[in-house]
Amino acid sequence: MSVPAFTGSNVMDVDAAKIRGAGSNVHFDKVSVAYGAHVVLHPLTLDIAPGEILAMIGPSGSGKTTALRAVAGFVRPASGRIRIGATDVTDLPPYERGLGMVVQNYALFPHMRVEDNVAFGLRAQGADKALIGERVKDSLATVGMSGFAKRYPRELSGGQQQRVAIARALAVRPRVLLLDEPLSALDAQIRRNMVEEIAKLHRDLPGLTILYVTHDQTEALTLADKIAIMRDGRVSSHGPTAELYRRPPNRFTAEFLGRANLLPVTVAEGAAGPKGLAKARLGDAVLAGAARGEKPGDKTLLCIRPQHLSLTGDEEHTNRIVGTLKEVHWQGELTHLVLDVDGTPVRVSATRLPVSLPERGSAMPLFFAPGDTSLVPEDVRG
Amino acid sequence: MADAAVLHAPITRKVPGRFWIVPPAALLALLFFYPLVLIVQQAFTDDSGMANVAEFVRVLHARFFLNALINTITISVAATAGCLIVGLVLGLILAFVPFPGSGVIARLIDTFIALPTFLVTLAFTFLYGSAGMLNAGLMEIFSLQAPPVNFLYSTWGVVLAEVTVYSPFVLRPLLAAFSLVDRGQIEAASVLGARPFRIVRQVILPAAVPALIAGGSLCLLLTVNEFGIVLFIGAKGVITLPLLIYSKAIQESAYQVACIIAVINIALSLGLFGLYRFAAGRLGA
Ligand SMILES: Nc1ncnc2c1ncn2[C@@H]1O[C@H](COP(=O)(O)OP(=O)(O)OP(=O)(O)O)[C@@H](O)[C@H]1O
Ligand SMILES: [Mg+2]
Repeated sequence: MSVPAFTGSNVMDVDAAKIRGAGSNVHFDKVSVAYGAHVVLHPLTLDIAPGEILAMIGPSGSGKTTALRAVAGFVRPASGRIRIGATDVTDLPPYERGLGMVVQNYALFPHMRVEDNVAFGLRAQGADKALIGERVKDSLATVGMSGFAKRYPRELSGGQQQRVAIARALAVRPRVLLLDEPLSALDAQIRRNMVEEIAKLHRDLPGLTILYVTHDQTEALTLADKIAIMRDGRVSSHGPTAELYRRPPNRFTAEFLGRANLLPVTVAEGAAGPKGLAKARLGDAVLAGAARGEKPGDKTLLCIRPQHLSLTGDEEHTNRIVGTLKEVHWQGELTHLVLDVDGTPVRVSATRLPVSLPERGSAMPLFFAPGDTSLVPEDVRG
Repeated sequence: MADAAVLHAPITRKVPGRFWIVPPAALLALLFFYPLVLIVQQAFTDDSGMANVAEFVRVLHARFFLNALINTITISVAATAGCLIVGLVLGLILAFVPFPGSGVIARLIDTFIALPTFLVTLAFTFLYGSAGMLNAGLMEIFSLQAPPVNFLYSTWGVVLAEVTVYSPFVLRPLLAAFSLVDRGQIEAASVLGARPFRIVRQVILPAAVPALIAGGSLCLLLTVNEFGIVLFIGAKGVITLPLLIYSKAIQESAYQVACIIAVINIALSLGLFGLYRFAAGRLGA
């Protein structure tokens, strides 16, 4: 049986209207978490606006799950407060926080049918029968699982189980939805579909605040309004998704989000002109890039994304560097090249290649537009 | 694949060592089935060696037998219920309430299984007996003439002793089942608004049903056949089937009556054992 996409058509009823307005902000106020002497979350201050999707990404062990579990109430902060809407929930047990949560392994109740799984939260909260029936129907329809109400979880595929888990979380009309790597257990194809469906779900429920923990930057870039990048228990950077991608505030963010190339340069001339471009020197080349208040003589990094490097120059692609071709990987729609530029490996993703590529080991020019670059400070730590 | 199997089958096939079934089967027959057959045979033979079925019917209707049967069932059902409650409460605490040393406690309770049953009864006598610590203390404090606590020498004393001894038999499979419950499910339930009691009822217990059935039926089986505890407490008028068999056979030399009761006791045990195997099978043990 094929699964329809999240339809969202039933979400237009009265109850759904309530969810739209029901979103709450989540506020971390200097929240720290320690296991014994091991501090895994350093005082974290972060705000998720009502209806916003905040993706928390970062390498394994950086404290993403810990932060999410602190919101859910399973991890007690060593210090700081957590507020959801107007309520300080720091001292509330999980069952009084009014949240929804979906985790990697779904955690459906195996001995309950799909409909009873979805009804669980409402029953726990003492909702009346008629309301439960209606909400179960709605929630299952929202995730496109209406035809599976009588099944047991073991009779569903992984993707279907995850839809049910989402329906179960939505049925209680949570103020905030917490998602901890919800798609990690699914294979790539289904994962892509589910990302799109979650995006659609949020379009249908725009009031729903979502904290989305993942280590997959594609999921984060596709879904999130804002991204917080975690590193060693701290927020390394936080900002609107597109801005964080276009103007990464530090090396870690630039590399973690979209694997940017970072060339060590020396600033020759501070920001000038309407576009705020600075001039920087890389060996003999003088390159223009979006400035961040650098002064002449500053050593900094020039950030350029692999897909913004072109093999041919024109009036737009005016920056020019020369590198030595090291590797060529053809991948169907994209070809990945690796060049060595003054000792820094530079990755290029090209959609179109010249008829003949130079031999490996020979010099090759690369061109890029000043508007596609930005100057990024080196990380203070590490 | 199929071709390969056909090709290789005649070469690799070995004659199974059928002979090896003989020694264990013989041993089993000699030590177990033969005495069993003797008991059944004796149950239908009177003490002078004549076949006698009427006696079987008479015993089934006799007051002393029915009393013992009722006692046995009352005690074992009550003790099993007690074991289930104690095992469940202890199991939930040990498995889900994080406290330092819970593992040590669990293992300590486990070692109870290794101890002889009458040891606990002996300890009970010291604690709750007529001259035990509890009574002595109460008599001292309230200047009483007679021991105020006498429950030990009653059906309930036997039940309490059996609960103490056999609770680990419920606790053990329960802890195994609890350790398999996905913590994520408990957390999911909690976030959805379920309080601990609801989580226990709707998330944890359904996962532990086979373990409860297995542990409970094992308790029933063991308490139906319990001899040491009942004898040791020596409560007046608390005669169970095993005790009745003992007194008929050893004290009254009424072998046919003893064997008739034994046959019934065996039937009861085998029935309970069947239940236990069924439950244990469902548990995957
Ligand atoms: N119960 C615990 N006891 C002790 N340390 C813990 C516990 N849970 C997590 N940690 C530690 O806290 C740190 C952060 O863990 P956390 O699970 O938040 O990481 P994460 O960013 O979610 O990683 P991943 O991407 O691998 O899921 C890790 O160093 C981890 O070892
Ligand atoms: Mg995690």
